[in-house]
Amino acid sequence: MESTIQGRVYKFGDNVNSDIIIPGRYLIYIDRERLAQHAFEVLGEGFPAKLREFQILVAGRNFGCGSAREQAATAIQGLGIQAVVACSFARTFYRNAINDGLPIFECPELYPDVEEGDSLRIDLAASKIHLADKQYAFPQLPDSVKKILELGGLANYLKTQLAGT
Amino acid sequence: MGFTIAEKILAAKSGRTSVRPGEIVDAYPDLVMSHTATWRSVSVMQKVGATKLYDPDRLAVVLDHIAPAKTEKNATDQQVSRNFARSNGINKFYDVDAGIAHLVLMEAGHVAPGDLIVGTDSHCTIYGSLGALGTGIGYTEVASVWITGKLWMKVPDTFKIILNGKLPPGVYSKDLMLHLIGSLGADGCGYKAVEFHGDATSGLSISERMTMTNLAMEMGVKCAFVPPDAKTEEYLYGRMEASKCYQPVSADADAVYEKELPVNLGALGPMVACPHEVENTKPIQEVQGTRIDQAFLGSCANAKYEDLEVAARILKGRRVHPNVRLIITPGSKQILLEASNTGVFQTLLEAGGMFTNPGCGACAGDGGIMADGEVCLSTANRNFIGRMGSSKAEIYLSSPATLAASAIKGVISDPREFF
Repeated sequence: MESTIQGRVYKFGDNVNSDIIIPGRYLIYIDRERLAQHAFEVLGEGFPAKLREFQILVAGRNFGCGSAREQAATAIQGLGIQAVVACSFARTFYRNAINDGLPIFECPELYPDVEEGDSLRIDLAASKIHLADKQYAFPQLPDSVKKILELGGLANYLKTQLAGT
Repeated sequence: MGFTIAEKILAAKSGRTSVRPGEIVDAYPDLVMSHTATWRSVSVMQKVGATKLYDPDRLAVVLDHIAPAKTEKNATDQQVSRNFARSNGINKFYDVDAGIAHLVLMEAGHVAPGDLIVGTDSHCTIYGSLGALGTGIGYTEVASVWITGKLWMKVPDTFKIILNGKLPPGVYSKDLMLHLIGSLGADGCGYKAVEFHGDATSGLSISERMTMTNLAMEMGVKCAFVPPDAKTEEYLYGRMEASKCYQPVSADADAVYEKELPVNLGALGPMVACPHEVENTKPIQEVQGTRIDQAFLGSCANAKYEDLEVAARILKGRRVHPNVRLIITPGSKQILLEASNTGVFQTLLEAGGMFTNPGCGACAGDGGIMADGEVCLSTANRNFIGRMGSSKAEIYLSSPATLAASAIKGVISDPREFF
């Protein structure tokens, strides 16, 4: 994982559920590209293609609520999204994102200030998000959990663990 | 200071004497459930080069979504899951005939008070109806627990919901939950454990409790509990695995709760969740008269025997409206057998309903898909856009009683006139 994530923002509202992120009929796939083709398609014309112009999703409360489907995180990665910043996440999505190697950040203070197309810079070491000349702090993940994300997800982490035993 | 049920279970499963909210522990689940997603966890095992399971007896595999297979891809995926279960000696394997994982595992006695259960389904919270801590995880993490036996868990704060009074006729625990989800919101209990207490709780059947702990997921809970009592013991008597003995788990009298919320059941009426979010709930008076094209009596929330029986009581001697398709997907084969033995099956068929194979059915995009502009009233737990087919279809959620009344009238209707 890079120490800095930088990119343009697409902004969602509250309660973006996992059926919106990836409908159940596509759970027969697990590869990123295949899933990305159908991510957010229920939102109508332009989705998901238009999301490919953005690198960071910003959302309101309870992002990823609903199903425990891991493909919600996988599909977002397939779109080329490098991070999701939300006021809060549903716990199933939160775990799946970490386990899938998708960086996520809880930062409710940022939400009202940011607009679609804004540029954000996320400094992981300093736990700060930069928007123009303003900065916002986010809580660090516990070290044990951070390690999973740093290795690109739980499968890589497991591989490392198994190689060490 | 005492402890809540979640704190006690997470302490016990992580080898600690006590834990407090916010602590992170390595917990060892008693049961790891994987449903139709099993093949995906198998692919993770292959990817990481693991061949050995921590303990095959802790695995349960139930093929419930899309059952039986409807495409070659489904068939191939199910074949992978089936072969995995066979070659690893998974005793708790249930094939496409069995029903919805949650209901099958509880019926078979694989769930006991105090257990820690994780699985590839958000509605694992339902196991709290028997006093177990159930919570959903993704398929990669399931593979990880298969291999290592453990996962990290954060100890949640607990909300105490105190139920008083008695549900009026025609009003059910589904209505209670839609009321709670509507007032607290989709993340009203985000990351929290919920315990249901109060005088009214002991009067609620195990089936009603299953609906409560299942629907609790829709207000964001990590887990939800109805503390085990005489009804729990009665349900588990003769059902529990021989290797287990019945040991109820309860919160201490001086346990610390983040919030306490009293609810008077007597003041509740039928509730309906409107498209496209479960928190978008309204009292029946505000939505009655809405046209429906399909009525779906199914899902892990409300396709238990009691749910079918409630619907049959209303539909007996009456007819489903000619413009409505009533699709009944029993939660499990056991439920279907019971409905068949008691005449509920025949009553529902004679009234104009149709049965599908037990399983998740239309709630997981199997038989019962909706076209553009169609409206479905469903007893399931989610009405998200596009969940049952077209994203231009609308899904309303209700109790089985409201569903039966509405199927007769062809529009969303108050079931209380049938009582």
